[in-house]
Amino acid sequence: MAFRKEHELHTRRRSRNMGMFIVLFGFVAVIFGLTMAKVRFEEEARPGVNVDVQINSGVSE
Amino acid sequence: MVDTSAYNETGEAQFGDYFALLKPRVMSLVVFTALAGLLVAPVSVHPMVGFASILFIAIGGGASGALNMWWDADIDRVMRRTANRPVPSGKVTGDEAMAIGLTLSVMSVVMLALASNFMAAGLLAFTIFFYVVIYTMWLKRWTPQNIVIGGAAGAFPPMIGWAVATGSVSIESVLMFLLIFMWTPPHFWALALFMKDDYSKAGVPMLTVTHGRRATRNHILVYTILLAPVAIGLGLTSIGGIIYTTLATVMSLGFLKGAFDIWKRDEKTAEADAYLTERKVFKFSLLYLFLLFGALMLEAALRSYGWGGW
Repeated sequence: MAFRKEHELHTRRRSRNMGMFIVLFGFVAVIFGLTMAKVRFEEEARPGVNVDVQINSGVSE
Repeated sequence: MVDTSAYNETGEAQFGDYFALLKPRVMSLVVFTALAGLLVAPVSVHPMVGFASILFIAIGGGASGALNMWWDADIDRVMRRTANRPVPSGKVTGDEAMAIGLTLSVMSVVMLALASNFMAAGLLAFTIFFYVVIYTMWLKRWTPQNIVIGGAAGAFPPMIGWAVATGSVSIESVLMFLLIFMWTPPHFWALALFMKDDYSKAGVPMLTVTHGRRATRNHILVYTILLAPVAIGLGLTSIGGIIYTTLATVMSLGFLKGAFDIWKRDEKTAEADAYLTERKVFKFSLLYLFLLFGALMLEAALRSYGWGGW
């Protein structure tokens, strides 16, 4: 079955939809980057502490 | 089928219209000064944390811009310069602007707290509150000193940037605040002298209208005299150095000369040359702030190589 012809609403709102996609994707990327930076910083600041082990033990408790 | 294309006539909002709610031009100044505050601080910040913090400060600034556009839509509709903004032009509704403003305000403060610290987030929250409630809702339509009060909101970003790195407030960050705070009135009133916007029709008490253009010229001179010691004094703190202090002295003398020229003139002379001096001083004031913060960042960069500073 063929898809119905695209409604003009989708064409008209393309810029809004694409904009939202980019903004949300960017937000996820920033949160990811921030998390990685903070975890690595923790590791460097407290070299004796293994962050992986901490996280895992936290989950299992 | 309903013909939804009819809504195009009322100007359905595109992504750019929502972005325009955040006042991108103001945001670029916020980014520049917040970045300066962050980079000149004696504590180094992880680049990703620094980037995210500046982003959230910019979003917080943008959110207060959206709330300002929601509240001031009636004024904006009357004035030619602002009639094309998303709310008065009918592209975005006032309710939408308020919702976006409130959501982004909360989000930016929470995210800045998570990315950096509570001091920086608290300062950002206070800045948004100050700009939206104290300035926009209360004092803008009440006192001709509104520019001075609005300037305080614009002066917070370097302080927030500094707090991101250090987690505190210090003499250096207070002086950076004062630099923008003192700079705003002469900068804006020089513009008000040659951009005869219809503030009186909009019901906004502008100094040029309430106290006259002579009083505005006097005010420009007084604020520029007060600005000079702040600018030079900043050079004597831990973030200053020979390059900044020399530049601040030279530029402050230039600004003082311009303010004195504005003070000397009367309306007749100004109208005769189409406000040439006022225009020149306005442009010079932009360069003034840009170069001074640029010099502070240069001092910080040189310090990391063992040069710069005192």
